Amino acid sequence: MKKAFTAVAIVVALAASSFSTAQAGPAEDLAAFQGYYAKLFPNVPAADFKDGAYALDAALKEQWQTMEEFPPYEPDVDAGKKMWETPFKDGKTYADCMGDVKAVRGKFPHYDAEKDTIATLEGALNACKTAGDGEGFMDKEGKPLLNKGKIAQLAAYIAMEGRGGKIDIPTPEGKAVAWYDKGKNFYYAKRGQLNMSCADCHTYNAGKKIRADLLSPAIGHVTHWPTYRSADGEITTLHNRFMGCNTMVRANKFKAQGDEYKALEYFLTYMSNGQEWNGPGSRK
Amino acid sequence: MRKLFRNLAMSAVVSVLALSTSVPSAYAADDAKKADEAKAADVAAKPADAAKPADAAAKPADAAKTEEKKEVTGKDLAFDRAKGNCLACHIIAGGDLPGNIGPPLAGVSQRIPDKAKLRAQVYDARVANPDTIMIPFGPMGVMNDEEIDKVVEFISTL
Ligand code: HEC
Ligand code: HEC
Repeated sequence: MKKAFTAVAIVVALAASSFSTAQAGPAEDLAAFQGYYAKLFPNVPAADFKDGAYALDAALKEQWQTMEEFPPYEPDVDAGKKMWETPFKDGKTYADCMGDVKAVRGKFPHYDAEKDTIATLEGALNACKTAGDGEGFMDKEGKPLLNKGKIAQLAAYIAMEGRGGKIDIPTPEGKAVAWYDKGKNFYYAKRGQLNMSCADCHTYNAGKKIRADLLSPAIGHVTHWPTYRSADGEITTLHNRFMGCNTMVRANKFKAQGDEYKALEYFLTYMSNGQEWNGPGSRK
Repeated sequence: MRKLFRNLAMSAVVSVLALSTSVPSAYAADDAKKADEAKAADVAAKPADAAKPADAAAKPADAAKTEEKKEVTGKDLAFDRAKGNCLACHIIAGGDLPGNIGPPLAGVSQRIPDKAKLRAQVYDARVANPDTIMIPFGPMGVMNDEEIDKVVEFISTL
């Protein structure tokens, strides 16, 4: 009898917990997510999270600001501007697909209801180029190159022109919630031989050091892309960083602009609502 | 708060074991230093500690051979970024640039005098703490039994 009672109690408890999980929608997640970091870093002004790990350490921040005096991404911005202004084979330009360059950064990512997908900046640029040139961004072998190279340079120019705007992703509704959930699940799932989730490093241990690296909080993760990393010696996209962090835990990495990373970007960008767009970025 | 996150994510906690047998190939990628993601592999990569580059070069890429090499000590394994890499998270005397995610290991043999318990923590930290970030070295095959024994011997001197 007691056993049966316990079993029932467990079932009820499980039902209750899954009920409360179902109740917690994106808006509740957002409040909890941002509240968590506000509590973890009471001395960091909310607006500073866009600076990643540099927001947490004054000495690191100073080094970084010195680096920013001669921005390492400047040549990339110039190259991107040229691309933006150069007509495609069909005579059209990026502005024909994307509109005023100043407003482009803030339009992405968003849920595209017609295609039931997440539209990203790089995805839209690639589609625009494909329409105008008959081919998208490719490497020398003709394979799609969407995580660095020219597409990152073009995105650097767009980010520069869009600086100062605020992230303002509408709360996911309807079918967009499935994309949001996909990204959220990706963020919290343990993966790879080293068995770590994004959250292990960038939520639960944000502000701690892993070896010599100070772990950045996930709020602000999306604000400053593309980013020139000294360690890479080139400018790369957010999805390239996802690939790097997946590889670090010896997990499979996914394709840049594939559904996994688009969903992850959508989730993380919504979690950064209110932060300023401050790309392109530089990191050591 | 952490609990709340876990609840939100409950359905998501799926382990995706990707490179089940390719610890050596993780080195290879990093050695080649060509892929940018290998450079990003701050944690898992780099063949060995900067302190002993000669040793790193001499080290065979094959895990089985590494095992035969008697000169590989528990300390070597604990400091090796591709094996224990305990320094990623723990301060250990004699190790450079340690992280601080886990507790410093100084005096750990007094805190956990039972060697079987100490081994259990290194073998699979999830048993004591299901949410742990510490790598389940045994079940994930990051180190084999002999290597884990050596590491446990080493940390029980701390
Ligand atoms: C083993 C620890 C670890 C895991 C797991 C991990 N990262 Fe990272 N991540 C790092 C380190 C170290 C850096 C570089 C220092 C920093 O900025 O946090 C970094 C940097 C980043 C950055 C750049 C931050 C900036 O300010 O430019 C992003 C974005 C990021 N990670 C996202 C992710 C996502 C998404 C996942 C999961 C798919 C993930 N990380 C998993 C360790 C990790
Ligand atoms: C990615 C982070 C990480 C790595 C790598 C790591 N640990 Fe840990 N370790 C932790 C954390 C966090 C704890 C605290 C308990 C917990 O959450 O599991 C811990 C706890 C321990 C403890 C218990 C300490 C005490 O005083 O109770 C021992 C012993 C230990 N680790 C040994 C090791 C050894 C040996 C290695 C390498 C072979 C290692 N750890 C690698 C994160 C890590």
